[in-house]
Amino acid sequence: MNYGVVSQEQLEKMDEILTEKLIKIGVDCVVIIDMAGNIITAKDNDKNKYDIYSFAALAAGNFATVDAMAKLVGEQEFSLLFHKGTDCNIHFSKVDDELLLISMFGKEISLGYLRLNVAETIEAIRKLWA
Amino acid sequence: MSFINLKDKVIQVKIVYYGPGRGGKTTNLEYINRRFRKQIQSEMVSLKTHGDRTLFFDFLPFDMGQIKGFDLKIQLYTVPGQIKYNATRKLVLRGVDGIVFVADTQQQMRGKNIGSLNQLHQNLVGLKESIFRIPLVMQYNKIDLRKQGIPVLPTNILEHDLNSKLKVPSFEASALTGYNVPETLKKIISSTVMSIQRKLS
Ligand SMILES: Nc1nc2c(ncn2[C@@H]2O[C@H](COP(=O)(O)OP(=O)(O)OP(=O)(O)O)[C@@H](O)[C@H]2O)c(=O)[nH]1
Ligand SMILES: [Mg+2]
Repeated sequence: MNYGVVSQEQLEKMDEILTEKLIKIGVDCVVIIDMAGNIITAKDNDKNKYDIYSFAALAAGNFATVDAMAKLVGEQEFSLLFHKGTDCNIHFSKVDDELLLISMFGKEISLGYLRLNVAETIEAIRKLWA
Repeated sequence: MSFINLKDKVIQVKIVYYGPGRGGKTTNLEYINRRFRKQIQSEMVSLKTHGDRTLFFDFLPFDMGQIKGFDLKIQLYTVPGQIKYNATRKLVLRGVDGIVFVADTQQQMRGKNIGSLNQLHQNLVGLKESIFRIPLVMQYNKIDLRKQGIPVLPTNILEHDLNSKLKVPSFEASALTGYNVPETLKKIISSTVMSIQRKLS
């Protein structure tokens, strides 16, 4: 597997999955990044515009930090990474050893419902590489 | 690892400024941020302590225009140079495509430069990379101090200490005045892009 280059077809399929499973249920913005902080793809609902390049760099750093802390206390990983705000929440999820899926969503969506959809999204994305 | 998006035709390249604490890594990025404002779409992100020391990293995304029909996006990072932050340095190095080693030319920094370079070597081994293979540029920073009569290491000593085995391009520079800062940046970008092209073909 080589994530260094992703084909147009893979990206289009990935975008389709993200739109279908996450944007359509009301997620504001979803970004897939690699552990180096590169953006693989990003989708939003046209209303919320974030500086996703800076966001990706910080998110990769944040995830890597928490991951390193988990190892220090003898955990494989902390499976739930979630930041709660008043209007915006951020949810992190590992796609595999190289990729992270990050969703930004408002108060209309419950965390449980989001996690369910994220799990389905990840399964569909993994199949793209299988 | 650079990331190449064939759909939107974007190449993202990660370049890390590495070196001993207070050597001038952040100052390099601050100069680039001022001087090339037009090519930079977003704000520089600096995660630092109250005393202005880098705590995690600085981040500056930089647009280099097109090569072979691809938009080239350079992501510049610095590591925190303080000894105690090696765990964080390793995190920032993940997926690195090219490195600028910023050495501090002040005489009393001689040992610190060598120690930092050795640790870079170790850290890269830990990431299954090699200091001998990755695009690397040496920068001998704070050369402006020489004019002020402050003792700085002669360049042949620095070359001997840091670059006798690596034999990579090197520049005397002053991140404070900007002297050779763009030259360092251009060199590391061109070495990195060439190395990516080699990997692709
Ligand atoms: N005279 C002179 N001072 C410099 C130069 N570059 C940086 N400095 C000064 O050195 C100090 C440290 O610079 P930084 O850029 O913060 O150093 P750093 O490498 O990012 O340090 P850490 O974040 O702790 O690793 C600051 O006071 C700078 O103004 C230079 O070229 N000449
Ligand atoms: Mg710094």
